[in-house]
Amino acid sequence: MTAAIGIGPVPLSPASVWHVVLGHLEGHPAQSVAAEIVWEIRAPRVLLAALIGAALTTAGTVVQVLVRNALADPFLLGISSGASVGATAVLLFGALASLGLWAISAGSIIGALVAMVSVFAVARQHGRLAPTQLILCGVVMAAFYEAITSFLIFRGNPQATQSVLFWLLGSFGLASWPQLPIPAVVLLAAMAYLLAQARSLNALAMGPEAAASLGVDVRQLRRNLFIVASLIAGVAVAVSGVIGFVGLVIPHIVRLLAGSDHRRVLPAGALIGASFMVLADLLARTIVAPQEMPIGVITAFIGAPALLLLIRRRPYLYGAAE
Amino acid sequence: MSLELRGLSVDIAGRRIVSGISLRVADGQCAGLIGPNGSGKSTILKAIYRVHRPAAGSVLVNGTDLYQMRPKTAARRVAVVAQENLADFGFTAREMVMVGRTPHKGPFDRDDDNDQAIIHDAMQRTGCADLGGRSFQSLSGGEKQRVLIARALAQGADHLILDEPTSHLDIRYQISVLELVAGLGVTVLAALHDLNLAALFCDTMHVLADGHLIAAGSPAEVITPEIVRAAYGADVLIVDHPDTGTPQLLPRRLADTSRPLARPATTTPAARPEPPRPRS
Repeated sequence: MTAAIGIGPVPLSPASVWHVVLGHLEGHPAQSVAAEIVWEIRAPRVLLAALIGAALTTAGTVVQVLVRNALADPFLLGISSGASVGATAVLLFGALASLGLWAISAGSIIGALVAMVSVFAVARQHGRLAPTQLILCGVVMAAFYEAITSFLIFRGNPQATQSVLFWLLGSFGLASWPQLPIPAVVLLAAMAYLLAQARSLNALAMGPEAAASLGVDVRQLRRNLFIVASLIAGVAVAVSGVIGFVGLVIPHIVRLLAGSDHRRVLPAGALIGASFMVLADLLARTIVAPQEMPIGVITAFIGAPALLLLIRRRPYLYGAAE
Repeated sequence: MSLELRGLSVDIAGRRIVSGISLRVADGQCAGLIGPNGSGKSTILKAIYRVHRPAAGSVLVNGTDLYQMRPKTAARRVAVVAQENLADFGFTAREMVMVGRTPHKGPFDRDDDNDQAIIHDAMQRTGCADLGGRSFQSLSGGEKQRVLIARALAQGADHLILDEPTSHLDIRYQISVLELVAGLGVTVLAALHDLNLAALFCDTMHVLADGHLIAAGSPAEVITPEIVRAAYGADVLIVDHPDTGTPQLLPRRLADTSRPLARPATTTPAARPEPPRPRS
């Protein structure tokens, strides 16, 4: 993290980064250009990237347990796209304006929930979720939501369009301190709930019927996981746009490294997801410097091949669910 | 530690699958639930392990209604070994067994020494202690069943529900799995596909056809050509098992069923004072 704050158009040594950060924490911030860069631009950006990386990984882990399919994540199931419809509506047309700072988050959480409920409603047949159907529905719904987003952009104010488009591809370029509290609070609360339920998550991952026989209230747990996943995916999209593959690939890597017990997967996933995103953001703003690449491009470049590798290595993982 | 069903009926998607099922399994006994595919065996079992809420009737564990208990309390009384259709998240055998401790744990509780001891003991008793670190998905059918039985033991329940525990297993593992279950000393209700194995291992048998119980009693009372024909629509010969005298089925070719028996079905007469005769 220190390195990520240090690297940029104006290189700064780790020591000077810590000097500035500690100065702020102690209440007497240093007054210099370097301090300005560290505290106002890079620190919030790196923290936000870390938060979103952790959030997307957590959302992916939850959705995978929920549908018992390792191919699921908020991006593939169209949840992120649904969230972006909500957020775009807020950005371009000022929907929910009365909520102020929370408007975009609220918009995208609502969008995420609607998307999740609709994808599940369509994919559900005879009370069962077939994994292939779910993924197909997700892809179709994602295309549909993206069409709505495009329509909204097309109809919207041309000036706002540029920024919406950039935001949609995913970027931490506009990070600032006021953006941090909402995702931080949501992620912490969600993580506390999930860790409390980690044993039940393990049971649910082994199958809804096994979970029921182990004393888990499956209906209630599933409903709560639904809400938690939508909340996390919603706030993540609200601040950073649609960033794919993180929620899909990182949980896999974590399971390879830390085993499958969700008491380890959740915290380890948050950490690895956060580190991955900080690195990805670092790449995004350095490889084509002074320009910036949308981070969604980076994660797709890394994530898509990684996923294909995983599918080839462990084919039985996919579609093994009921 | 008895298990009792009273007038149990279960609906799925608005359709009645089983109705008016009453049966009782006494303490420490093993009861077999038999019947053709689609007769409702699994549905009855799922009502007992709380996947399907009964439309009518009740499930009593030692006289207490299972659906009046909190889910966790019920899970400490009744454990299940069912056909696992596992989306593989890479759980190890040990992690599978540890999940059996779920109903005993609150949020944020760690696995303590007691849990470790229980897991260890359960895996020893089921002969899968050396599989702990292996991925569950990589195990053979027989090994998987052992791990799942260990999970049920770790759950600490004194009632065990088994749904087709021996299907897809080779004969060696069929015998060893049922032998293991019979030796646990818990009250067992098992849906079984193989009537010969069921007759050999069960104290009582309950025959299901089209969602109704059509016969119940000891294997000798239940395994008769008439009842088998009524439930399965198949003609069989019944002979006595040379070891135990329990009834065993022999399938018959269609062409032979109309003719009188060519010669009495026999087993090795030297081992028995009285050669077994066909019951039909």
